[in-house]
Amino acid sequence: MKRNFAGTLTLSRFFWRQERRQVVLWALAIVLLNFLVVVSYAQIYKSPAERAAMAQTMRNPAMTFMLGPGWGLDNYTIGAMVGHEMLLFAAMLAAIMNILVVQALTRSSEEDGRHELLLSLPVGSLSSLAAPLVLALMQNAGLALATGLALWVPGVESVDLAGSLLFGTAVGTTGFFFAGLTALFAQLAETSRANLILSLSVLGLLYVLRGLGDLGREWLSLATPLGLILRTQVYVANYWWPVGIMLAAAGVLWTGAFRLNWGRDLGSGYLRARAGRQRASRLLRSPFGLALRLQRSAIISWLCALLLLGASYGSVFADLEEFLAGNEFLREILPSVQGYSLTEQFLSMVIDVTAMLAVIPALLPVVRLVKEEKAGRLESLLALPVSRLNLLLGFLLLGVLVSALAMLASGLGLGLAVQAVLGEGPPLTSVLVASLAQLPGMLVMLGAAVVIVGFCPRFTVLLWAYVAYSVFAVYFGVLINLPQWAVKLSPFGWNPQLPVEPFEVQTALLLLGLAVLLCAAGAWGYVRRDLDL
Amino acid sequence: MTVLETVELKKNFGDISALKGVNLAVRRGEIHGFIGPNGAGKTTTMRILLGLLKPTAGTATVFGRDAWKDAVEIHRQVAYVPGEVQLWPNLTGGEVLDLLARLRGPGNERLRGELLERFDLDPSRKCGTYSKGNRQKVALIAALSSGAELLILDEPTSGLDPLMEQVFQDCLQELRAQGRSVLLSSHILSEVEKVCDRVSIIRDGVIIESGTLVELRHLTSTHVAVQTKRPLEGLEQFSGVHDLQERGGVTYFSVEAEELGAVMAHLSRFEIVRLECAPPTLEDLFIRHYEGETRR
Repeated sequence: MKRNFAGTLTLSRFFWRQERRQVVLWALAIVLLNFLVVVSYAQIYKSPAERAAMAQTMRNPAMTFMLGPGWGLDNYTIGAMVGHEMLLFAAMLAAIMNILVVQALTRSSEEDGRHELLLSLPVGSLSSLAAPLVLALMQNAGLALATGLALWVPGVESVDLAGSLLFGTAVGTTGFFFAGLTALFAQLAETSRANLILSLSVLGLLYVLRGLGDLGREWLSLATPLGLILRTQVYVANYWWPVGIMLAAAGVLWTGAFRLNWGRDLGSGYLRARAGRQRASRLLRSPFGLALRLQRSAIISWLCALLLLGASYGSVFADLEEFLAGNEFLREILPSVQGYSLTEQFLSMVIDVTAMLAVIPALLPVVRLVKEEKAGRLESLLALPVSRLNLLLGFLLLGVLVSALAMLASGLGLGLAVQAVLGEGPPLTSVLVASLAQLPGMLVMLGAAVVIVGFCPRFTVLLWAYVAYSVFAVYFGVLINLPQWAVKLSPFGWNPQLPVEPFEVQTALLLLGLAVLLCAAGAWGYVRRDLDL
Repeated sequence: MTVLETVELKKNFGDISALKGVNLAVRRGEIHGFIGPNGAGKTTTMRILLGLLKPTAGTATVFGRDAWKDAVEIHRQVAYVPGEVQLWPNLTGGEVLDLLARLRGPGNERLRGELLERFDLDPSRKCGTYSKGNRQKVALIAALSSGAELLILDEPTSGLDPLMEQVFQDCLQELRAQGRSVLLSSHILSEVEKVCDRVSIIRDGVIIESGTLVELRHLTSTHVAVQTKRPLEGLEQFSGVHDLQERGGVTYFSVEAEELGAVMAHLSRFEIVRLECAPPTLEDLFIRHYEGETRR
């Protein structure tokens, strides 16, 4: 038995060396996020009245579905707020981190032939799975401790050490559970892609099931890991028993993974890859068709997410007055315009924010072109009678299409939800028009993406930085009295805020003209530069 | 009549000059071998010919047209197999074949099915599950079924097993019979020797030798193994004889083409019992030039 695990510790050190960058960055992000939330909540929600108002807006099914049941709503302390609003989110992030790390060390490593190399050494046959287990244990223990301490360090009264440590442990345990799940799926799936998709979809499914359970079917919540972990009721009741059950469940998953690993050949999986299409669909006959095929799942997921996001914003409109009363931050950044209702003002702000999120899936096809270039897949395409301009336009066209679809999706979710909760209010068409009015700014962003692809493909990070700057300038700009020119540096600073502001045709045309100019400049560069083949 | 030609082709990547004046010409209907060590500039030359890279200086023309400016028109009659074939992991082999064929124009359905069978490739599997050899097969089938006038193949057999290599060589012979032209870079010299009409050797960004195999062989020496009744002597005096050694009564040496006749006359005086002559292989040519580089 011992022989089967020979070399495990050496291998774990080696695996840590491979993955430490990813692990540390994820852990830091999770820890910092929690720390910042505690600090800023303590700043924003100083008085019990403000917190009670916030609790009031949390008392609706949409919030329960998204965040889980609010146990401390009657005495909504900062601790109760953090537990209610952050635990599920932090646990999900830990789950994603573990899925990515474990899949890289198991099926992905096996698929790329790295396992073969390692297992040919005097290394036990189960060590290739035992080493990720050791790594998962260490990283989640570290994450648990660091998260717990980060919550406690700001010294907020209701965020006590006991609750913070339980919060951290709950996050780490969830991570360990999903590490086990991914390790198990790595035995089933035949490709690393299938392993990743399977693990992430199960995470998504469990989130939705938990949401449905929290809306009144307690047994369903208890049966799902994410629902279970929320039952710790951190900072309110501090129950430890869900952590115990989760650890036991994680143990079962890991044991299952080892059992299955023992019985299979290197490179094989229990779920045989389905035979795919022998022939391409009719759509796959142009650069646009290829872009669509490559981005299909990403686009569908983003559109669904934006629809949900719009709907969840819309659900707030029922108690908008209370919601805003409890949220000093939102009240300050909300433009106050005479002659318009609070609903209309808030609507324009929400649309502004969703546009900056909706631009992300629109940018993805253009950015994908850089990824295709780096992966060396453009060589085969460009050796065909396909010009670079043709290729670029195909991917850009998809980006333009997606930006319109994305705004329609979020507008639809928002408009329908507002209708549902208010029973009246702004008609759906006006919400959709207001959403589509954001397009000129989004197209300028697309133009910026084309410039990056055309001249400096290594710096796609600049593009995301520009998007982040836009969010900062347009959303938070009012708060810190950012000068108007700095807001106007972002194309979203030029977009009209319908229905509060009128739609100015001139500005829109100006933005469209700029977008076309940027695209033309980027295309000029793309056609001329050496490709990184 | 040349189908492709480069004249004093130069390419710099930053400070590194990858090509320092490449003069290459492929005639219509010939299979042209393009050999050289790694990093000599084979792939760079091919990419310039395909308009994927822009030359720093010199000209590259295909069918008499500028490789960079007229890339799209040229590509209607050119098929290319890259050295490192990368495909979309979530598309199946069949989907990729269809995509590549449709982007060119109407594909040849009959040939597609026939080649899938000959190369023993399952088109319903996702490219992510393909080995390097299988990805190479996809690119090869796409190129061979394209009906293109000129094929540019960058080490197309590096991932194939010997059986598939044979299939590939048969395909090349068929292309030759149809009068199509091929530029084939390779490391596997025996393959080049078997199928190529003419060969260009590139080293360090310069073509150092170009011609038919017969012409090139003339530049190097023949291997001789000889056994004689009377003890063999006097070979040292020939300046064209190298690597002289004796093992188990057999004398081995190599002799340059110019002195071959004189040496044979000399040998016959010692009553030959056994004589084996091996023609110089491309390996010898290659190594001769390669050694030239290391000596410098």
